[in-house]
Amino acid sequence: MAVAGPRTLNLVRQNQASIQHVCSRASSWWSGVEMGPPDAILGVTEAFKRDTNPKKMNLGVGAYRDDNGKPFVLPSVRKAEELIVSQKLDKEYLPISGSAEFCKHAITLALGSDSPVVADGLNVTVQGISGTGALRIGSTFLSKFFPGPKNVWLPAPTWGNHVPIFKHVNMDVNQYRYYDPKTCGFDFNGAIEDISKIPKGSLIMLHACAHNPTGVDPKAEQWDEMSKVIKERELLPFFDMAYQGFASGDVAKDAYAVRKFLADGHKICLSQSFSKNMGLYGERAGAFSIVCSDKDEAARVMSQVKILIRPLYSNPPLHGARIVSTILSNPELNSIWLKDVKGMADRIINMRTKLKENLAKEGSIRDWSHITDQIGMFCFTGMTPDQVEKLTKEFSVYLTKDGRISVAGIASSNVEYLAHAMHHATK
Amino acid sequence: MATSRFADIQQAPPIEVFHVMKAFADSTHEKKVNLSVGAYRTDEAKPWVLPVVRKVEAELAADMTLNHEYLPILGLESFSTAAAKMLLGASHPAIAEGRMTAVQVLSGTGGLRIAAEFLHRILKYNTFYFSTPTWGNHRLIFTQAGFTDVRQYRYWDGKTKGLDFDGMIEDLQNAPENSVVILHSCAHNPTGVDPTQDQWKKIADVVEERKLFPLFDSAYQGFASGDLDKDAWAVRLFAERGFEMIATQSFSKNFGLYNERVGNLMIVVKDPSVIVPMRSQITLLVRGSYSNPPSHGARIVSRVLNDEALFGEWKECIKIMSGRIIEMRKGLQERLEKLGTPGTWNHITAQIGMFSFTGLSAEQSKYLAEKYHIYLLSSGRINMCGLTTGNIDYVAEAINDAVCNIKA
Repeated sequence: MAVAGPRTLNLVRQNQASIQHVCSRASSWWSGVEMGPPDAILGVTEAFKRDTNPKKMNLGVGAYRDDNGKPFVLPSVRKAEELIVSQKLDKEYLPISGSAEFCKHAITLALGSDSPVVADGLNVTVQGISGTGALRIGSTFLSKFFPGPKNVWLPAPTWGNHVPIFKHVNMDVNQYRYYDPKTCGFDFNGAIEDISKIPKGSLIMLHACAHNPTGVDPKAEQWDEMSKVIKERELLPFFDMAYQGFASGDVAKDAYAVRKFLADGHKICLSQSFSKNMGLYGERAGAFSIVCSDKDEAARVMSQVKILIRPLYSNPPLHGARIVSTILSNPELNSIWLKDVKGMADRIINMRTKLKENLAKEGSIRDWSHITDQIGMFCFTGMTPDQVEKLTKEFSVYLTKDGRISVAGIASSNVEYLAHAMHHATK
Repeated sequence: MATSRFADIQQAPPIEVFHVMKAFADSTHEKKVNLSVGAYRTDEAKPWVLPVVRKVEAELAADMTLNHEYLPILGLESFSTAAAKMLLGASHPAIAEGRMTAVQVLSGTGGLRIAAEFLHRILKYNTFYFSTPTWGNHRLIFTQAGFTDVRQYRYWDGKTKGLDFDGMIEDLQNAPENSVVILHSCAHNPTGVDPTQDQWKKIADVVEERKLFPLFDSAYQGFASGDLDKDAWAVRLFAERGFEMIATQSFSKNFGLYNERVGNLMIVVKDPSVIVPMRSQITLLVRGSYSNPPSHGARIVSRVLNDEALFGEWKECIKIMSGRIIEMRKGLQERLEKLGTPGTWNHITAQIGMFSFTGLSAEQSKYLAEKYHIYLLSSGRINMCGLTTGNIDYVAEAINDAVCNIKA
């Protein structure tokens, strides 16, 4: 029998603590639990917090900030909350599908008050835990009932959480070309080419407006073309609309694609979020809708959707939904809200304009027109990972490696600084 | 495309409790009684928003320093910590030793779902046990989370209208290692039958011996006896015995916050170093389901649990609710015994919490609905909160009629 040499004994002695640790862990239920991958965006915020540079900027945040860099509670929301408290309503369980009033207002906002879909009762609309929750209900429903291939076609790139949501329900994910890094714009030809090759009867995901993370939206005519091709391929369009009103400041304009597709005869799925356009982030107000062929089908589909919701969380939280429907049902509050959301959109558009102007002033000869061509919360600057690193290390400007900035994080007081930093990193 | 993609979708089976609620709502009978609802009602048969909740809501609405920013993925920490302390007891060694972690979830259902997904997807458990009978959603939650080995342990004894303790122990004795066992920490839903303290000790023995995984569903702490510590006894026993376990807490009933979906998922472990990886995995489950939980309800509960005066006010509220229920139990039993209703009725006061398994059959329940417009579930489950001083005589007489004239 071999005897352990001095080196081995030393190793054992040095690692006594870990060895004991491993042994005690083995008797635990949890010893096999692996560390989950860290969240990339959270990492940016953590690093930002640690930075002591007074000029630091956090351009990773995905929430609106006012011109003082502070979170913004919409005046219409504050008013709605006061009204709600004064009404002294009860706290009884909502139905599984949520507040009927909220659902009606949500889908009417999306499709327009003159929508035949709503008038004819063809929509199945349920309250969801904001946009993520709506997508989870949708993906779960589709994974069970969609007759086509159990995979979803997503634009490249797309919101980071789309992939885990669909993978969670055992659906595969594929991509169609979307963002063109050469132009920092929409790869229209690439998208059309790829979509034309998607197997017939498949599921395709589309960002209704203010594409996340690029800020690149198709033009109206381009949406029209996509609608034709998607129809030819007999695809089911699933729209993710998280920024209605927040993108252009105009709720009808931002819903153009959704409404056009319906007018073209598509029977879409739709997820809506009120996190950004009503600043209700933490209250989780959202809706999931499916457009059906007739009322009978809608009833059957609704019954199945409810069966999926019950074992998730039984019924949804009311507070956020109540604020939404209070605002949308009250003409005075509704018009205040339209001003509030336009205000947010305008500030963002203004920051885009100022950033581009200041880059020119700095003497940058690069084409920065994509900054103002893009729309919504985010901007794909086109900066490389090296340039991003420079921006962070030398100027304490924090953003994700893909060069995405949150325009909401820019203010009048620091847009010049940002332009200076970006020029320096890219010249 | 000529035909719809969804043309073949069948109508899903209705869920009984919602069906019965609708029947009650549709009834125009002036004496109708709703004994199926799963929520507290006052003696005027009205919903009750706790005064302390109204007070805190008004404060929150007037607080200009508050905003609606996203909560962390795992929720409001001040809420989770306070809720866990409420269940385990603030001075519990598990908390002092850093062996407890808790995250905010979407009420009890949400907690059970995240727990089930974690146990199945991460720990690879596939066998779960629930009591016969249990809350209707337990089975659906676990099977939707991926569990395929569905088992039951005996619980309700129709003959004694109490606990089939021997049956329960026998079934758990035969459970395979690593089976997840769903236990109701108090006020069993739907029977109202809870094990005694001695019985809990023996249950713990079996769970330990067979290396089963205890999962406590705690939806009625305080609401059952009116005493927070008493209602947490079973959970604390298991924690003291050194079990690794999960408890899901709902604040729907004890705070009357039904529609704000306030819940806590509490996990006790042996080794603190597993907590960080465990939370990272739960983070992924939450992110793929709803990203982060709703803020409003958790803020209310956190404020109350963390403020001595508000906490005192709240404890008065749960005494009121539990007290009224206990009074109705007494009243119903007294009346049935006075009427000479065949059978024994002491189970009505032996049982605890919102629900009672009366022992009425599906036929008898149907009779009550059709003749008296008294609505309860076909299992014979009634919600005590549906009884009031105004209708208790009517209900007692109706039950007497049903038992006397309709074969069980």
